[in-house]
Amino acid sequence: MFADIWLVINKDIRIEWRSRVTLSQVVPFALTVLVLFGFALDANREVLAAATSGLFWLTVLFVAVVAVQRSTAIETADGARRALLLAGIEPSSVFVGKALAVAAQILGVEVLMVGGVLVFYDATVESLPLLLATCAVATLAIAASGTLLGALAAGVRARETVLPILLLPVLAPVLIAASRAFDDALGVVAVDGWAWLGLLAGFGAVNALLGALAYGPLLEET
Amino acid sequence: MSAGAVKTGSRTTRLLGFAVLVGVLALILLGFFGAPEDDEQRDAVRMIFVHVPSAFLTYTALVITAVGSAMWLWKRSRWWDIVAHSAAEIGVIFCGLTLFTGSIWGRPTWNTYWDWGDVRLVTTLILFLMLVGCLALRSAGGDEDAVATRAAVVGLLAAVNVPIINRSVEWWSNRTLHQKSSLTDGNLEDLTLFTLVVGIVVWALFFVWAMIHRFRIGWLERQLRAIDLETALVQRRAEASTESAGETSQ
Repeated sequence: MFADIWLVINKDIRIEWRSRVTLSQVVPFALTVLVLFGFALDANREVLAAATSGLFWLTVLFVAVVAVQRSTAIETADGARRALLLAGIEPSSVFVGKALAVAAQILGVEVLMVGGVLVFYDATVESLPLLLATCAVATLAIAASGTLLGALAAGVRARETVLPILLLPVLAPVLIAASRAFDDALGVVAVDGWAWLGLLAGFGAVNALLGALAYGPLLEET
Repeated sequence: MSAGAVKTGSRTTRLLGFAVLVGVLALILLGFFGAPEDDEQRDAVRMIFVHVPSAFLTYTALVITAVGSAMWLWKRSRWWDIVAHSAAEIGVIFCGLTLFTGSIWGRPTWNTYWDWGDVRLVTTLILFLMLVGCLALRSAGGDEDAVATRAAVVGLLAAVNVPIINRSVEWWSNRTLHQKSSLTDGNLEDLTLFTLVVGIVVWALFFVWAMIHRFRIGWLERQLRAIDLETALVQRRAEASTESAGETSQ
């Protein structure tokens, strides 16, 4: 099972590395959104500082939609999905592998985005462990539900528009919890960030389990 | 099949429909003229006769959708898929009604249409968006079984995530304005409470009535698709046989 998961991660990351879509398109997209938020809030330092966590995670959600669409597209093109089914790998392993590959890409973008908010929004890091843990757990949670809904939207004709309306409402708790945990990590508001992290972990576990169970029927039928 | 012969009504649904009509009339009379004004909320309290039942039925619909979805994934029974679809559709209507009545009730009572601090209101809005997404997915079309499977996964996903959304919004706001459950806090006048119970019964009857009709529409739609497919097959076969007859006669 772990070997299969590793195979799928390896495949997706290698395709990503060779096409450089994340690096050449998703990273500039994320930074553009961060800059546009600066314009929208009239470059008001106080407002930006107060809103940094929320804006950061909202941007991550947009990035996730793009990353999931990309991860799904590489399976849809040239009937790669059929090949994946024929390869005899457990659908749950494919799910975990694809989710981890998406998570790795989003994490990569997040690293650059943290740099972005430190520079553009004057943010300061108060608790690095909490910041890193939040990024890791929230990203895994986002990748799990994203990969499930991406596979689900893959067979739909209007998949580009269907995915955001399905994915974004489901991710509402992640936006709330990750933003509050970041508030603590960046020292913006005194809240218990670790408690929020627990909620994120719960969300991630539930959605990953559902994804691993439902991925098989979805892969076969759509 | 003769045109206009197929209806979704039956003796039972007509009786049920009549009961709903009578019930709504009784509810209007009780709600506007029977139940007294509230000391604090004045006339706005009358909104609960629609708001509380629709909120209750929204979550009932969500549970039915989840059960129908799980049963489709497990048994592959078309019956359950149509149940899930019908419940999701009717659930969206009740969910919209809950949000709408909640907002116009909030204006005179909280002095705002929307309160971010209210856990149940915010959770219900996100549920509304998820249900709308589920229906959008169904309307996007495609292979019948695939559509049912996709919608079932989204239905289950919505039901599973609602408690988590509720919890996150609760922690986040931590300052809920929403009054405690109107039925259990014991502050309601007797006649108001009675009217509320009548409201729940009437709207629940309407829910059942709408479910039966919507289910039958779904069932007929499915039969229609099957008939269309059969007709098309018969036509193609007929074409093929005339062509081959033409070839042999040549």
